Amino acid sequence: MSVDLTTYYLGMQLKNPLGVAACAPLTGNLEMLRRLEEAGASIAVLPSLFEEQIEHEEAEFNRLFEYQTESFAEAITHFPVLQDYNTGPRDYLSHIEAAKQAVSIPIVGSLNGSSPGGWIRYAKMIEEAGADALELNIYFVPTDADMTAIDVERRYIDLVASVKQSVDLPLAVKIGPNFTCLPNFAQHLVAAGADGLVLFNRYVEADIDLDTLTMKPDLVLSNRHEARVPIRWIAILRDQLQASLAATSGVHRMQGAIKLLLAGADVTMMASILLMEGPERIRTMLQEMTAWLEENEYDSIEQLKGSMSRGNCPDPGTLERANYMKALTTYTVETSGPQST
Amino acid sequence: MSANFVTVDGNEAAASVAHQTNEVIAIYPITPASPMGELSDVWSSQGRRNIFGTVPDVIEMQSEGGAAGAVHGALQAGALTTTFTASQGLLLMIPNMYKIAGELTPTVFHIAARTLATHALSIFGDHSDVMSVRQAGWAMLASNSVQEAQDLAMISHAATLRARVPFVHFFDGFRTSHEVSKIAQLSSEEIRAMIDDDLIQAHRRRAMDPDEPVLRGTAQNPDVFFQAREAANPFYDALPQIVTETMEQFAELTGRAYRLFDFAGAPDAERIIVMMGSGVGAAEQAVAKLAAAGEKVGLVKVRLYRPFDTAAFCQALPPSVQRIAVLDRTKEPGAVGEPLYQDVVTALVEQGRMASCPVVIGGRYGLSSKEFTPAMAARVLDELQADQPKQHFTIGITDDVTHLSLKWDPEFSTEEADVTRAVFYGLGSDGTVGASKNSVKIIGENTPMHAQGYFVYDSKKSGSVTVSHVRFSPRPIDSTYLIDRASFVACHQFHFLERIDVLAVAEAEATFLLNSPYGPDEVWDHLPREIQEQIIDKRLKFYVVDALKVARETDMGVRINTIMQTCFFALAGVLPREQAIEQIKETIRKTYGKRGESVLRRNFAAVDAALADLHEVTVPDTATSTEERLPPVAPDSSDFVKRITAMLLDGRGDLLPVSALPVDGTFPTNTAKVEKRSIAHEIPIWDPDICIECGLCVLVCPHAAIRSKAYPHASVNGVPEGFQSKPWKGKELPDHLMTIQVAPDDCTGCGVCVDVCPAKSKEAVKHKAINMEPKLEHLDRERENFDHFLEIPELDRTQAKIDSVKGSQLLLPLFEFSGACAGCGETPYLKLMSQLYGDRALIANATGCSSIYGGNLPTTPWSTNADGRGPTWANSLFEDNAEFGLGLRLAIDQKREYAEHLLRELAPVVGDDLVRDLLGSPQGDEEEIRKQRERVAALKQLLAQAPQPAAGKLAVIADVLVNRSVWIVGGDGWAYDIGFGGLDHALTAGRDVNILVLDTGVYSNTGGQASKATPRAAVAKFAANGKSAGKKDLGMLAVAYGNVYVAQIAMGSNPAQTVRAFREAESYPGPSLILAYSQCIAHGINMTTGMTHQKEIVQSGFWPLFRYDPREAHVGEHPFHLDSRKPTKRFKEMALQEARFAMLARTDPERAKELFELAQQDIDNRWHYYEQMAGVEREATHEFQEEEA
Repeated sequence: MSVDLTTYYLGMQLKNPLGVAACAPLTGNLEMLRRLEEAGASIAVLPSLFEEQIEHEEAEFNRLFEYQTESFAEAITHFPVLQDYNTGPRDYLSHIEAAKQAVSIPIVGSLNGSSPGGWIRYAKMIEEAGADALELNIYFVPTDADMTAIDVERRYIDLVASVKQSVDLPLAVKIGPNFTCLPNFAQHLVAAGADGLVLFNRYVEADIDLDTLTMKPDLVLSNRHEARVPIRWIAILRDQLQASLAATSGVHRMQGAIKLLLAGADVTMMASILLMEGPERIRTMLQEMTAWLEENEYDSIEQLKGSMSRGNCPDPGTLERANYMKALTTYTVETSGPQST
Repeated sequence: MSANFVTVDGNEAAASVAHQTNEVIAIYPITPASPMGELSDVWSSQGRRNIFGTVPDVIEMQSEGGAAGAVHGALQAGALTTTFTASQGLLLMIPNMYKIAGELTPTVFHIAARTLATHALSIFGDHSDVMSVRQAGWAMLASNSVQEAQDLAMISHAATLRARVPFVHFFDGFRTSHEVSKIAQLSSEEIRAMIDDDLIQAHRRRAMDPDEPVLRGTAQNPDVFFQAREAANPFYDALPQIVTETMEQFAELTGRAYRLFDFAGAPDAERIIVMMGSGVGAAEQAVAKLAAAGEKVGLVKVRLYRPFDTAAFCQALPPSVQRIAVLDRTKEPGAVGEPLYQDVVTALVEQGRMASCPVVIGGRYGLSSKEFTPAMAARVLDELQADQPKQHFTIGITDDVTHLSLKWDPEFSTEEADVTRAVFYGLGSDGTVGASKNSVKIIGENTPMHAQGYFVYDSKKSGSVTVSHVRFSPRPIDSTYLIDRASFVACHQFHFLERIDVLAVAEAEATFLLNSPYGPDEVWDHLPREIQEQIIDKRLKFYVVDALKVARETDMGVRINTIMQTCFFALAGVLPREQAIEQIKETIRKTYGKRGESVLRRNFAAVDAALADLHEVTVPDTATSTEERLPPVAPDSSDFVKRITAMLLDGRGDLLPVSALPVDGTFPTNTAKVEKRSIAHEIPIWDPDICIECGLCVLVCPHAAIRSKAYPHASVNGVPEGFQSKPWKGKELPDHLMTIQVAPDDCTGCGVCVDVCPAKSKEAVKHKAINMEPKLEHLDRERENFDHFLEIPELDRTQAKIDSVKGSQLLLPLFEFSGACAGCGETPYLKLMSQLYGDRALIANATGCSSIYGGNLPTTPWSTNADGRGPTWANSLFEDNAEFGLGLRLAIDQKREYAEHLLRELAPVVGDDLVRDLLGSPQGDEEEIRKQRERVAALKQLLAQAPQPAAGKLAVIADVLVNRSVWIVGGDGWAYDIGFGGLDHALTAGRDVNILVLDTGVYSNTGGQASKATPRAAVAKFAANGKSAGKKDLGMLAVAYGNVYVAQIAMGSNPAQTVRAFREAESYPGPSLILAYSQCIAHGINMTTGMTHQKEIVQSGFWPLFRYDPREAHVGEHPFHLDSRKPTKRFKEMALQEARFAMLARTDPERAKELFELAQQDIDNRWHYYEQMAGVEREATHEFQEEEA
């Protein structure tokens, strides 16, 4: 009897726990989306619709059109009047519709808003376009020393509540790991209406160009060791939250996915490894996952999920700081000692 | 016959008919007709169909001559074809117009009538262009208003098919072409009903068809040509009746009746005016007022000007008419009278009416859109009462030379009390004109009221001032003149109060709305005295709003248009406030809807927030200010500047009498410096501690508003506090200081200098050696510093290392403070040229941006050095600039030869040594030039003493013995398109001319139409779907000749190569061609980073840098130098940073993908070709080898 890979995420039944995270070259491309489904992906999160980017583009477009218009008698304008400038979220919304037509796996819309009205407005548009769920990609970098942690968390919680009130879609919230008390914050997000959490966001961090002495945004692909952060927090959160948990960051190998599921993830989302190795990586991982589950005599993913959550694992203390210190010590000794292998 | 009312301008009114009734439209852009072609192109690109169910094929040609040829061909092959043009464009069509008429071919050319260039170019309106084709055998119909521009366009298209005689349908440039007015729109059904299918079939049957072959365009001999010419007579004889019947048909359909000649006024009129064009509106108002007062006056409006139906004309005259004044909007020097006058006299004679109407006078009015008002018309009618009415008078000016002008009473007015008259003063950049147009649309299209808008722009491309004249009336508006009695005046920029008398147009008890950073309680103390006095004396209702604050708070930037518009509607009361706001939002939705929801939201927010900041000001009883409006020019300006330029700058040029103006269009240079516009909000401030003295900031400054100067340490005395300097590092100038100084009132604040500055602080990287800072914080000090900077003597040109970037930038620019756009990519090249060669340069400048910022009154940036030397500049035409410049060289060479001849003849007087030195000394560098100048000075002294006639002759031309540098300058529209034939010829003529092409890849001056320099995939007018074809490789075409020096440069990418190319081109004793990459606002880029963006332009291979020097074309030499590196960026990566490409990627991703790939192939192929070229050994035979040797 084969192992049942079915899992449940945001109230949706997924055929397996391997999904594709928001990533433009992957889920932003219909052909690639088809290949991903064919390779076995169970769910796809579309790239984020960035309100700020849309509005910036609209504003820039408008500014360029208006620049020097009606200023000089011989050149009232400088560009032809076009029937449609195709600004705004239309491309994105069309992509949702096309994705729904192209594949049968659940399609999750992803939204990064920049204004309270914007989150709600675009969330409704994504719902109307036919997405199966909505992932809120919340990215706020506090730079003001007068702003408190409570202020920051309040922004997230209010935002989730307002979107939840406006749409009927299952709602996932993708956050970063850097909160003072993540379990408490996560609890508030769920209370505000989040049906699931996506752990964690990997931000585009600025780098410095030494030639030009300028800041340059640069996205570095993940490595498999990064899965350890979500392993810890999913394990900690699993028993305390009545919400779906998706793991992202560092899901590269079957082993990593299994670990995240053991910790309590409902689904694992991949991107970097698919960029590096292509969609077929999913097929391989599914085969390996099935083999591992069979070898270890699991009946189903549901059986496995959360079986090593903080409450279910034999040594919960290892999820805490002391263990971290020990690992560091061990690592240092092992790598610096002359006998290391 | 209930009509649909729309609010459009005259161009759109005419074009809408033309587009619906034609199949082929071949055009070439020219002001003020360009919008007709552009609209047609937009409609066709949107798939809008004509009444036959097809989409008209709109093609942009390389010149108006080309457009006329294409029209001729399309007509001969049986398509319904039209074109739009004006002015010089119409002149270029004349040869084909004779052909089209001679072949009895039905077509209509729509003309936005514009002044022909004579002593000066003018883009404005008069009839000199259409009068130049009256002899070509075309019917001519004159429209006098926006409504008529549509209606007579229709009548022309219908009548030409019946008559087989082609029509010129014309209306006044700007006054009608650009006036926005409410008109009854023709429906497609009405248009369809006017066009007779049988006549179209007849046109098709006459077409060239190999199934029924014909021969047309034969060459004829004396035996038959004459008779054949007369054979067409019946068609002209029949035409007036055909037009009459067509007008009657039109009247039945629409209720709007026209006749060949329409009379208005007292039925028993004794004195009448005859005229055509937009001035009719003003004249009709005057006639109506005078007739109502019992005066026996009238007006005949001429509609069908050719053929001139003398019988119909006389029938239009009431039998009572005794005296006629004929007004012509053109001038024919030397003629008996202007054309309409002559036609009227002839008509009266031929029809036997001279006995009853013995007095006919002719007069000129309105040249180049000179105002023509009811007061002037009244004065003309009054003149007819004189015993001896003045013949060949002028009206609208003061002629104190030949005393032809009539003096009119400016108090005579026909403005009515129930008409809202509003005048809005704004900046081009603040959106005032757009908002005014929208206001006209709101009233025109949503209320029973009529609305009219007319917009006046100054000639600057940066910081331009606009004045919008808007009328709302319960009746149709025929006031075809500016408002001088406004019931509402709005000043959208507070600083205008310092320089413009904005309240001069305000009538008593008018409303004055001011955008003010000062609130209602404090604004009074910030007003100049003249403004305070007028507010009190005229009992104005005074309101303020801080629109900039509202704009900032609603993310509108500096666009205050919707805010001021909302305040206007709130105060003017033409609509209930709530309804007005609703309509403003609806208009915003229509105007901005396509640009995105966020744009709409911001505008809506601005509207909603506007009224909260609108406050009435309690006006005190007395004026308290001691501040007066700034004088237009400094007191120490030249006499000419004080008498003439100052008046122009002050907006009072209309008041200058004839005697004040040069008789031949010759103006002094060196005048831009008197015009302190002070338009920047931020200016660059130098930090000498960080500066590495590279000179880049000075090099790239488009307005020469940053200067560098090196000067001996010892020469500085009395330095103002805060004046900065640092030791000059170069060894060539020991003990010198250097200073980089901003001209704070001349800077436009574009920030290009800061963007290119490579020197950054080690402590705070964002701080550079030059930084943009708020102007007001530095203005007083920097003004003082700049004055001091100017007083420091210029560096001796022979001391500077002018072949380097930094050395060249120590030279005085002789091109400064132009009105070019902030961040202009063209002007830095001109400035560099002026630094290197300006003191001995003759410039032939093609019409275009560079001729406008270079030579549009009131001032010119071309300037002089302390010796009074500087570039001498002339613009001939658009199409002939290369030939014109070649002519300059031919003349110089001839003068030089004559001077040498005279010099040899005068050797006994001058001395053999001086003759030998003058004739034989090299002039290759600044030192040698200086020595030659000294020799010429010595020569002149000797000549002054010499009694021989030859001495006097030589003295006049002796300066030509110093090498002259001839520069032929223009844009890509000239070089690649309309002037290419001439440019090609100048390249092959072998003469020493330097051709500088300021290549923006688009027609910049006329608003972004595609040229053959426009790159593939770029969106431009006439390439709305992205240009399909690649850019012409003009450089390689020139290289092919072998003996032409060619350089392709991009200053922002490689400034050293740029300087080198200029040096090599000028030193090459034959034709040189420099193609200079110039960023432009029509690229849709951030102009601040335009120069650094050039690096990517070159890195992508989009604009490879090269030099081809024939002097190196000898055996075993490689004359072609590829100066840029192999492309390291993909085209797409570069292109998406420019809206002209990005727009296509957004609107049509599939086509963008295809064109981007092709564009990449263009680059790859060209690079491969250039690499091969760089390895080619060449030996070019050229005529300069001997000279070099």
